[in-house]
Amino acid sequence: MRDLDYIYAVARIRVKEKSLLSDDDIRRMAGMEDCREILNALSDRGWGDGSLEDDDGNRMLEVEEKKTADLMKELKADPEIFRVLSFPRLYHNLKAGIRELCTAEPPDHLYYDIEGFGKEDVCRILREKDYTALPEHMRKTAQRAQEAMLRTQDGQKCDLIIDRGCLDACEKAGRESGIPLLEEYEESCVAVTDIKIAVRAQKTGKDLKFLKEALAPCRTLNTDILAAAAVSGEISLRDYLTGHGFAEAAEALKDSPSAFERWCDNRIIDAILPQKRNSVSAGPLIAYYLARENEIRMIRILLTAKANGFSEENIRKRIRKMYG
Amino acid sequence: MNMGMVFALMGAALATALPGIGSAWGVGIAGQAAAGVVSEDPEQFAKVLLLQLLPGTQGIYGLLVAFITLSNIGILGGNPVADTATGMLYLFACLPIALVGLISAYHQGRTSVASIGLIAKKPDQFGKAMLFPAMVETYAILALLISILSVSGI
Repeated sequence: MRDLDYIYAVARIRVKEKSLLSDDDIRRMAGMEDCREILNALSDRGWGDGSLEDDDGNRMLEVEEKKTADLMKELKADPEIFRVLSFPRLYHNLKAGIRELCTAEPPDHLYYDIEGFGKEDVCRILREKDYTALPEHMRKTAQRAQEAMLRTQDGQKCDLIIDRGCLDACEKAGRESGIPLLEEYEESCVAVTDIKIAVRAQKTGKDLKFLKEALAPCRTLNTDILAAAAVSGEISLRDYLTGHGFAEAAEALKDSPSAFERWCDNRIIDAILPQKRNSVSAGPLIAYYLARENEIRMIRILLTAKANGFSEENIRKRIRKMYG
Repeated sequence: MNMGMVFALMGAALATALPGIGSAWGVGIAGQAAAGVVSEDPEQFAKVLLLQLLPGTQGIYGLLVAFITLSNIGILGGNPVADTATGMLYLFACLPIALVGLISAYHQGRTSVASIGLIAKKPDQFGKAMLFPAMVETYAILALLISILSVSGI
Protein backbone atom coordinates (compact mmCIF):
# COMPACT_ATOMS: atom_id res chain seq x y z
CA MET A 1 0.00 0.00 0.00
CA ARG A 2 1.15 3.54 -0.73
CA ASP A 3 1.37 6.14 2.03
CA LEU A 4 -1.59 8.07 0.60
CA ASP A 5 -3.79 4.98 0.89
CA TYR A 6 -3.72 5.45 4.66
CA ILE A 7 -5.38 8.89 4.79
CA TYR A 8 -8.78 7.57 5.88
CA ALA A 9 -7.26 5.18 8.42
CA VAL A 10 -4.96 7.83 9.89
CA ALA A 11 -7.88 10.27 10.30
CA ARG A 12 -9.79 7.61 12.25
CA ILE A 13 -6.74 6.89 14.35
CA ARG A 14 -6.40 10.61 15.18
CA VAL A 15 -9.87 10.54 16.74
CA LYS A 16 -9.09 7.28 18.56
CA GLU A 17 -5.88 8.75 19.97
CA LYS A 18 -7.98 11.13 22.06
CA SER A 19 -9.12 8.22 24.20
CA LEU A 20 -5.62 6.87 24.87
CA LEU A 21 -4.50 7.09 28.46
CA SER A 22 -2.16 9.97 29.22
CA ASP A 23 0.66 10.20 31.76
CA ASP A 24 -1.71 12.09 34.09
CA ASP A 25 -4.37 9.37 33.82
CA ILE A 26 -1.86 6.71 34.81
CA ARG A 27 -0.52 8.80 37.70
CA ARG A 28 -4.09 9.31 38.91
CA MET A 29 -4.76 5.57 38.74
CA ALA A 30 -1.57 4.86 40.66
CA GLY A 31 -3.07 6.87 43.51
CA MET A 32 -6.32 4.91 43.55
CA GLU A 33 -7.33 2.75 46.45
CA ASP A 34 -7.45 -0.69 44.84
CA CYS A 35 -7.85 -2.70 41.61
CA ARG A 36 -11.63 -2.24 41.70
CA GLU A 37 -11.33 1.54 41.59
CA ILE A 38 -8.91 1.35 38.64
CA LEU A 39 -11.20 -1.04 36.76
CA ASN A 40 -14.17 1.25 37.41
CA ALA A 41 -12.23 4.24 36.10
CA LEU A 42 -11.28 2.26 32.98
CA SER A 43 -14.85 1.07 32.53
CA ASP A 44 -16.03 4.71 32.65
CA ARG A 45 -13.64 5.42 29.78
CA GLY A 46 -15.18 2.68 27.68
CA TRP A 47 -12.77 -0.13 28.47
CA GLY A 48 -14.14 -3.67 28.47
CA ASP A 49 -17.43 -4.60 26.87
CA GLY A 50 -19.72 -3.28 29.58
CA SER A 51 -20.47 -6.74 30.94
CA LEU A 52 -20.57 -7.67 34.62
CA GLU A 53 -17.37 -9.59 34.15
CA ASP A 54 -15.49 -6.34 33.66
CA ASP A 55 -14.40 -6.50 37.27
CA ASP A 56 -11.99 -9.20 36.08
CA GLY A 57 -8.92 -7.21 35.03
CA ASN A 58 -7.51 -9.91 32.78
CA ARG A 59 -10.74 -10.25 30.90
CA MET A 60 -11.04 -6.50 30.44
CA LEU A 61 -7.51 -6.33 29.06
CA GLU A 62 -8.22 -9.24 26.71
CA VAL A 63 -11.28 -7.40 25.41
CA GLU A 64 -9.18 -4.30 24.83
CA GLU A 65 -6.52 -6.30 22.97
CA LYS A 66 -9.22 -7.74 20.75
CA LYS A 67 -10.71 -4.30 20.10
CA THR A 68 -7.33 -3.04 18.86
CA ALA A 69 -6.79 -6.09 16.67
CA ASP A 70 -10.31 -5.73 15.21
CA LEU A 71 -9.77 -2.03 14.52
CA MET A 72 -6.55 -2.77 12.63
CA LYS A 73 -8.33 -5.38 10.54
CA GLU A 74 -11.16 -2.95 9.84
CA LEU A 75 -8.71 -0.28 8.71
CA LYS A 76 -7.24 -2.76 6.23
CA ALA A 77 -3.67 -1.92 7.09
CA ASP A 78 -0.96 -3.81 5.22
CA PRO A 79 -1.11 -7.33 6.78
CA GLU A 80 2.69 -7.49 6.57
CA ILE A 81 2.92 -4.87 9.33
CA PHE A 82 0.95 -6.91 11.83
CA ARG A 83 2.57 -10.13 10.73
CA VAL A 84 5.91 -8.62 11.78
CA LEU A 85 4.52 -7.18 15.02
CA SER A 86 3.03 -10.55 15.92
CA PHE A 87 6.40 -12.35 15.91
CA PRO A 88 6.95 -12.14 19.70
CA ARG A 89 3.55 -13.79 20.30
CA LEU A 90 4.21 -16.52 17.76
CA TYR A 91 7.54 -17.31 19.39
CA HIS A 92 5.92 -17.17 22.81
CA ASN A 93 3.42 -19.84 21.72
CA LEU A 94 6.27 -21.91 20.31
CA LYS A 95 8.07 -21.69 23.63
CA ALA A 96 4.93 -22.69 25.54
CA GLY A 97 4.32 -25.58 23.13
CA ILE A 98 7.80 -27.02 23.52
CA ARG A 99 7.57 -26.73 27.30
CA GLU A 100 4.18 -28.40 27.31
CA LEU A 101 5.30 -31.34 25.18
CA CYS A 102 8.65 -31.86 26.83
CA THR A 103 7.82 -31.08 30.46
CA ALA A 104 4.77 -30.89 32.75
CA GLU A 105 1.68 -29.36 31.17
CA PRO A 106 1.34 -25.60 31.73
CA PRO A 107 -2.07 -23.91 32.16
CA ASP A 108 -3.94 -22.82 29.03
CA HIS A 109 -3.53 -19.11 29.57
CA LEU A 110 0.18 -19.34 28.80
CA TYR A 111 -0.74 -19.37 25.12
CA TYR A 112 -1.80 -16.39 23.09
CA ASP A 113 -4.99 -16.97 21.18
CA ILE A 114 -3.70 -16.64 17.60
CA GLU A 115 -5.70 -17.75 14.60
CA GLY A 116 -3.93 -20.73 13.03
CA PHE A 117 -1.23 -20.73 15.68
CA GLY A 118 -3.02 -21.35 18.96
CA LYS A 119 -2.33 -24.05 21.50
CA GLU A 120 -3.78 -26.92 19.42
CA ASP A 121 -1.91 -25.94 16.24
CA VAL A 122 1.45 -25.47 17.94
CA CYS A 123 1.21 -28.74 19.84
CA ARG A 124 0.21 -30.68 16.74
CA ILE A 125 3.11 -29.24 14.72
CA LEU A 126 5.62 -30.00 17.46
CA ARG A 127 4.24 -33.45 18.20
CA GLU A 128 4.42 -34.42 14.53
CA LYS A 129 7.65 -32.44 14.04
CA ASP A 130 5.97 -30.93 11.00
CA TYR A 131 8.20 -27.85 10.94
CA THR A 132 7.22 -26.99 7.38
CA ALA A 133 3.82 -25.98 8.76
CA LEU A 134 5.54 -23.17 10.65
CA PRO A 135 6.34 -19.76 9.16
CA GLU A 136 9.67 -20.00 7.36
CA HIS A 137 11.56 -17.74 9.79
CA MET A 138 10.59 -20.06 12.64
CA ARG A 139 11.40 -23.51 11.28
CA LYS A 140 15.08 -23.85 12.15
CA THR A 141 14.59 -22.20 15.53
CA ALA A 142 11.72 -24.53 16.41
CA GLN A 143 13.66 -27.61 15.37
CA ARG A 144 16.78 -26.56 17.26
CA ALA A 145 14.85 -25.61 20.39
CA GLN A 146 12.77 -28.78 20.46
CA GLU A 147 15.80 -31.01 19.89
CA ALA A 148 17.75 -29.17 22.61
CA MET A 149 14.84 -29.53 25.03
CA LEU A 150 14.38 -33.23 24.32
CA ARG A 151 18.10 -33.89 24.58
CA THR A 152 18.96 -31.81 27.65
CA GLN A 153 15.62 -30.97 29.35
CA ASP A 154 17.23 -27.56 29.83
CA GLY A 155 14.39 -25.03 29.67
CA GLN A 156 16.76 -22.09 29.81
CA LYS A 157 18.70 -23.32 26.77
CA CYS A 158 15.44 -23.81 24.89
CA ASP A 159 14.27 -20.28 25.79
CA LEU A 160 17.63 -18.88 24.73
CA ILE A 161 17.34 -20.44 21.25
CA ILE A 162 13.75 -19.26 20.78
CA ASP A 163 14.38 -15.74 22.07
CA ARG A 164 17.37 -15.35 19.80
CA GLY A 165 15.38 -16.72 16.85
CA CYS A 166 12.63 -14.21 17.59
CA LEU A 167 15.04 -11.27 17.78
CA ASP A 168 16.73 -12.25 14.51
CA ALA A 169 13.37 -12.65 12.77
CA CYS A 170 12.10 -9.28 14.07
CA GLU A 171 15.25 -7.46 13.02
CA LYS A 172 15.25 -9.00 9.53
CA ALA A 173 11.52 -8.49 8.97
CA GLY A 174 11.71 -4.86 10.13
CA ARG A 175 14.69 -4.18 7.87
CA GLU A 176 12.99 -5.74 4.86
CA SER A 177 9.55 -4.22 5.47
CA GLY A 178 10.33 -0.94 3.67
CA ILE A 179 8.32 0.90 6.34
CA PRO A 180 10.65 3.32 8.17
CA LEU A 181 8.79 3.22 11.50
CA LEU A 182 8.63 -0.56 11.54
CA GLU A 183 12.33 -0.76 10.73
CA GLU A 184 13.18 1.72 13.48
CA TYR A 185 10.86 0.03 15.97
CA GLU A 186 12.24 -3.45 15.40
CA GLU A 187 15.80 -2.14 15.52
CA SER A 188 15.02 -0.39 18.82
CA CYS A 189 13.36 -3.51 20.22
CA VAL A 190 16.32 -5.70 19.36
CA ALA A 191 18.84 -3.20 20.77
CA VAL A 192 16.86 -2.73 23.99
CA THR A 193 16.38 -6.49 24.40
CA ASP A 194 20.11 -7.05 23.84
CA ILE A 195 20.87 -4.53 26.56
CA LYS A 196 18.35 -6.21 28.88
CA ILE A 197 19.95 -9.59 28.22
CA ALA A 198 23.43 -8.19 28.85
CA VAL A 199 22.29 -6.57 32.12
CA ARG A 200 20.62 -9.74 33.40
CA ALA A 201 23.55 -11.90 32.29
CA GLN A 202 25.95 -9.59 34.10
CA LYS A 203 23.87 -9.77 37.29
CA THR A 204 23.60 -13.57 37.15
CA GLY A 205 27.24 -14.09 36.19
CA LYS A 206 26.72 -15.69 32.77
CA ASP A 207 29.76 -16.36 30.62
CA LEU A 208 30.78 -14.95 27.24
CA LYS A 209 29.57 -18.04 25.36
CA PHE A 210 26.04 -17.59 26.72
CA LEU A 211 26.02 -13.91 25.79
CA LYS A 212 27.29 -14.54 22.26
CA GLU A 213 24.50 -17.03 21.73
CA ALA A 214 21.84 -14.80 23.25
CA LEU A 215 22.64 -11.39 21.76
CA ALA A 216 21.16 -10.69 18.34
CA PRO A 217 23.21 -8.49 15.99
CA CYS A 218 21.70 -5.11 15.15
CA ARG A 219 22.88 -1.83 13.63
CA THR A 220 22.79 0.16 16.88
CA LEU A 221 25.01 -2.10 18.97
CA ASN A 222 28.21 -4.03 18.59
CA THR A 223 27.14 -7.22 20.34
CA ASP A 224 30.69 -8.57 20.66
CA ILE A 225 31.79 -5.51 22.64
CA LEU A 226 28.52 -5.48 24.61
CA ALA A 227 29.03 -9.14 25.56
CA ALA A 228 32.63 -8.52 26.60
CA ALA A 229 31.55 -5.48 28.66
CA ALA A 230 28.82 -7.49 30.40
CA VAL A 231 31.29 -10.21 31.32
CA SER A 232 33.74 -7.61 32.68
CA GLY A 233 31.22 -6.24 35.18
CA GLU A 234 28.56 -3.62 35.75
CA ILE A 235 30.90 -0.63 35.50
CA SER A 236 32.26 -1.80 32.11
CA LEU A 237 28.73 -2.39 30.92
CA ARG A 238 27.63 1.08 32.02
CA ASP A 239 30.70 2.61 30.36
CA TYR A 240 29.91 0.84 27.10
CA LEU A 241 26.30 2.03 27.18
CA THR A 242 27.33 5.61 28.02
CA GLY A 243 29.81 5.69 25.15
CA HIS A 244 27.42 4.25 22.57
CA GLY A 245 24.35 6.48 22.79
CA PHE A 246 22.68 4.76 25.73
CA ALA A 247 23.74 7.09 28.53
CA GLU A 248 20.17 7.19 29.89
CA ALA A 249 20.17 3.39 30.11
CA ALA A 250 23.42 3.50 32.05
CA GLU A 251 21.96 6.10 34.43
CA ALA A 252 18.80 4.06 34.90
CA LEU A 253 20.85 0.95 35.52
CA LYS A 254 22.78 2.80 38.19
CA ASP A 255 19.52 3.96 39.75
CA SER A 256 17.55 0.69 40.10
CA PRO A 257 16.38 -2.37 38.16
CA SER A 258 12.86 -0.93 37.89
CA ALA A 259 14.26 2.36 36.54
CA PHE A 260 16.13 0.36 33.92
CA GLU A 261 13.00 -1.61 32.93
CA ARG A 262 11.15 1.70 32.68
CA TRP A 263 13.84 3.13 30.41
CA CYS A 264 13.54 0.08 28.14
CA ASP A 265 9.79 0.62 27.64
CA ASN A 266 10.09 4.41 27.37
CA ARG A 267 12.67 4.12 24.63
CA ILE A 268 10.17 2.24 22.48
CA ILE A 269 7.53 4.92 23.07
CA ASP A 270 10.07 7.63 22.17
CA ALA A 271 10.61 5.87 18.84
CA ILE A 272 6.92 6.13 17.93
CA LEU A 273 6.13 9.63 19.29
CA PRO A 274 6.96 11.47 16.01
CA GLN A 275 4.04 9.62 14.39
CA LYS A 276 1.69 12.04 16.14
CA ARG A 277 2.69 14.56 13.46
CA ASN A 278 2.44 12.20 10.50
CA SER A 279 -0.80 12.23 8.55
CA VAL A 280 -0.20 10.10 5.46
CA SER A 281 1.42 6.73 6.07
CA ALA A 282 1.09 3.48 7.96
CA GLY A 283 3.22 4.98 10.76
CA PRO A 284 0.36 6.37 12.90
CA LEU A 285 -1.46 3.02 12.72
CA ILE A 286 1.60 1.14 13.92
CA ALA A 287 2.16 3.78 16.61
CA TYR A 288 -1.45 3.50 17.80
CA TYR A 289 -1.22 -0.29 17.92
CA LEU A 290 1.99 -0.13 19.94
CA ALA A 291 0.57 2.62 22.17
CA ARG A 292 -2.42 0.40 22.97
CA GLU A 293 -0.10 -2.48 23.78
CA ASN A 294 1.87 -0.15 26.01
CA GLU A 295 -1.17 1.09 27.90
CA ILE A 296 -2.51 -2.44 28.37
CA ARG A 297 0.91 -3.46 29.72
CA MET A 298 0.89 -0.41 32.01
CA ILE A 299 -2.57 -1.23 33.36
CA ARG A 300 -1.43 -4.81 33.95
CA ILE A 301 1.52 -3.47 35.97
CA LEU A 302 -0.83 -1.20 37.98
CA LEU A 303 -3.30 -4.00 38.71
CA THR A 304 -0.55 -6.41 39.74
CA ALA A 305 1.09 -3.78 41.94
CA LYS A 306 -2.23 -2.88 43.61
CA ALA A 307 -3.12 -6.55 44.09
CA ASN A 308 0.23 -7.10 45.80
CA GLY A 309 -0.16 -4.08 48.07
CA PHE A 310 2.65 -1.93 46.61
CA SER A 311 2.75 1.59 47.96
CA GLU A 312 1.80 4.49 45.68
CA GLU A 313 5.39 5.69 45.69
CA ASN A 314 6.63 2.28 44.56
CA ILE A 315 4.05 2.13 41.83
CA ARG A 316 4.93 5.60 40.56
CA LYS A 317 8.53 4.44 40.10
CA ARG A 318 7.25 1.82 37.67
CA ILE A 319 5.09 4.16 35.60
CA ARG A 320 6.02 4.23 31.91
CA LYS A 321 5.74 7.08 29.46
CA MET A 322 2.43 7.01 27.60
CA TYR A 323 1.76 7.88 23.95
CA GLY A 324 -1.63 9.50 24.61
CA MET B 1 -10.06 28.08 -38.05
CA ASN B 2 -6.64 29.74 -37.72
CA MET B 3 -3.80 28.87 -35.36
CA GLY B 4 -4.59 31.87 -33.16
CA MET B 5 -7.97 30.39 -32.35
CA VAL B 6 -6.32 27.01 -31.60
CA PHE B 7 -3.91 28.59 -29.11
CA ALA B 8 -6.65 30.63 -27.46
CA LEU B 9 -8.83 27.56 -27.04
CA MET B 10 -5.85 25.61 -25.73
CA GLY B 11 -5.43 28.32 -23.06
CA ALA B 12 -9.09 28.03 -22.04
CA ALA B 13 -8.82 24.22 -21.98
CA LEU B 14 -5.69 24.27 -19.80
CA ALA B 15 -7.26 26.82 -17.44
CA THR B 16 -10.16 24.44 -16.90
CA ALA B 17 -8.35 21.12 -16.95
CA LEU B 18 -5.24 21.59 -14.81
CA PRO B 19 -6.77 23.34 -11.78
CA GLY B 20 -9.70 20.93 -12.14
CA ILE B 21 -7.35 17.94 -11.88
CA GLY B 22 -5.62 19.48 -8.85
CA SER B 23 -8.92 20.26 -7.15
CA ALA B 24 -10.32 16.79 -7.79
CA TRP B 25 -7.20 15.30 -6.22
CA GLY B 26 -7.19 17.70 -3.27
CA VAL B 27 -10.89 17.39 -2.52
CA GLY B 28 -10.57 13.62 -2.91
CA ILE B 29 -7.85 13.09 -0.33
CA ALA B 30 -9.35 15.63 2.05
CA GLY B 31 -12.64 13.76 1.67
CA GLN B 32 -11.00 10.50 2.68
CA ALA B 33 -9.61 12.13 5.80
CA ALA B 34 -12.96 13.80 6.52
CA ALA B 35 -14.77 10.48 6.20
CA GLY B 36 -12.30 8.93 8.63
CA VAL B 37 -12.99 11.61 11.24
CA VAL B 38 -16.78 11.57 10.77
CA SER B 39 -16.88 7.77 11.08
CA GLU B 40 -15.53 8.13 14.62
CA ASP B 41 -16.95 11.53 15.56
CA PRO B 42 -19.99 12.55 13.43
CA GLU B 43 -20.28 15.89 15.25
CA GLN B 44 -17.26 17.17 13.33
CA PHE B 45 -19.04 16.86 9.97
CA ALA B 46 -19.52 20.60 9.30
CA LYS B 47 -15.96 21.49 10.25
CA VAL B 48 -14.26 18.83 8.17
CA LEU B 49 -16.59 19.49 5.22
CA LEU B 50 -15.36 23.08 5.04
CA LEU B 51 -11.77 21.88 5.11
CA GLN B 52 -12.51 19.36 2.40
CA LEU B 53 -13.99 22.04 0.14
CA LEU B 54 -11.01 24.40 0.31
CA PRO B 55 -8.93 22.69 -2.42
CA GLY B 56 -11.98 22.81 -4.68
CA THR B 57 -11.72 26.57 -5.31
CA GLN B 58 -8.89 26.29 -7.83
CA GLY B 59 -11.16 24.39 -10.21
CA ILE B 60 -13.68 27.25 -9.96
CA TYR B 61 -10.99 29.86 -10.61
CA GLY B 62 -9.87 27.98 -13.72
CA LEU B 63 -13.43 27.74 -14.94
CA LEU B 64 -13.88 31.49 -14.43
CA VAL B 65 -10.79 32.34 -16.50
CA ALA B 66 -11.90 29.89 -19.20
CA PHE B 67 -15.33 31.58 -19.36
CA ILE B 68 -13.79 35.04 -19.71
CA THR B 69 -11.47 33.74 -22.41
CA LEU B 70 -14.29 32.03 -24.33
CA SER B 71 -16.34 35.24 -24.04
CA ASN B 72 -13.51 37.20 -25.64
CA ILE B 73 -12.55 34.92 -28.52
CA GLY B 74 -15.83 34.53 -30.36
CA ILE B 75 -17.01 31.28 -28.78
CA LEU B 76 -19.44 32.72 -26.23
CA GLY B 77 -19.13 36.30 -27.42
CA GLY B 78 -16.58 38.89 -28.61
CA ASN B 79 -14.64 38.70 -31.84
CA PRO B 80 -12.84 35.61 -33.16
CA VAL B 81 -9.07 35.63 -32.76
CA ALA B 82 -7.63 36.95 -35.99
CA ASP B 83 -3.96 35.96 -35.75
CA THR B 84 -1.53 33.53 -34.15
CA ALA B 85 0.10 36.19 -31.93
CA THR B 86 -3.21 37.09 -30.26
CA GLY B 87 -3.99 33.41 -29.75
CA MET B 88 -0.61 32.96 -28.08
CA LEU B 89 -1.38 35.92 -25.83
CA TYR B 90 -4.57 34.22 -24.64
CA LEU B 91 -2.67 30.97 -24.07
CA PHE B 92 -0.03 32.67 -21.92
CA ALA B 93 -2.67 34.70 -20.08
CA CYS B 94 -4.36 31.45 -19.05
CA LEU B 95 -1.15 29.75 -17.89
CA PRO B 96 -0.82 31.37 -14.43
CA ILE B 97 -4.12 29.98 -13.13
CA ALA B 98 -3.61 26.70 -15.03
CA LEU B 99 -0.24 25.93 -13.45
CA VAL B 100 -0.61 27.60 -10.06
CA GLY B 101 -4.12 26.17 -9.76
CA LEU B 102 -2.87 22.62 -10.31
CA ILE B 103 0.04 22.85 -7.87
CA SER B 104 -1.74 24.86 -5.18
CA ALA B 105 -4.76 22.51 -5.18
CA TYR B 106 -2.42 19.54 -4.68
CA HIS B 107 -0.70 21.18 -1.73
CA GLN B 108 -3.91 22.59 -0.30
CA GLY B 109 -5.34 19.08 -0.35
CA ARG B 110 -2.44 17.76 1.68
CA THR B 111 -2.62 20.71 4.09
CA SER B 112 -6.35 20.12 4.49
CA VAL B 113 -5.67 16.49 5.38
CA ALA B 114 -3.27 17.63 8.08
CA SER B 115 -5.80 20.20 9.36
CA ILE B 116 -8.54 17.57 9.44
CA GLY B 117 -6.17 15.53 11.62
CA LEU B 118 -5.87 18.57 13.87
CA ILE B 119 -9.68 18.87 14.11
CA ALA B 120 -9.86 15.15 14.91
CA LYS B 121 -7.69 15.65 17.98
CA LYS B 122 -8.64 19.21 18.95
CA PRO B 123 -12.07 20.19 17.57
CA ASP B 124 -11.90 23.55 19.36
CA GLN B 125 -8.95 24.59 17.16
CA PHE B 126 -11.06 24.93 14.01
CA GLY B 127 -10.11 28.57 13.37
CA LYS B 128 -6.41 27.79 13.35
CA ALA B 129 -6.93 24.61 11.36
CA MET B 130 -8.71 26.61 8.63
CA LEU B 131 -5.86 29.10 8.37
CA PHE B 132 -3.22 26.60 7.26
CA PRO B 133 -4.86 25.48 4.02
CA ALA B 134 -6.24 28.99 3.50
CA MET B 135 -2.68 30.31 3.27
CA VAL B 136 -2.12 28.14 0.19
CA GLU B 137 -5.19 29.76 -1.37
CA THR B 138 -3.34 33.11 -1.50
CA TYR B 139 -1.22 31.98 -4.40
CA ALA B 140 -4.14 30.63 -6.38
CA ILE B 141 -5.87 34.01 -5.94
CA LEU B 142 -2.78 35.89 -7.12
CA ALA B 143 -2.60 33.71 -10.22
CA LEU B 144 -6.33 34.16 -10.82
CA LEU B 145 -5.95 37.95 -10.68
CA ILE B 146 -3.09 37.96 -13.17
CA SER B 147 -4.93 35.63 -15.56
CA ILE B 148 -8.13 37.71 -15.42
CA LEU B 149 -6.25 41.01 -15.89
CA SER B 150 -4.23 39.56 -18.78
CA VAL B 151 -7.19 37.99 -20.59
CA SER B 152 -9.26 41.15 -20.14
CA GLY B 153 -6.42 43.35 -21.34
CA ILE B 154 -5.79 41.59 -24.63
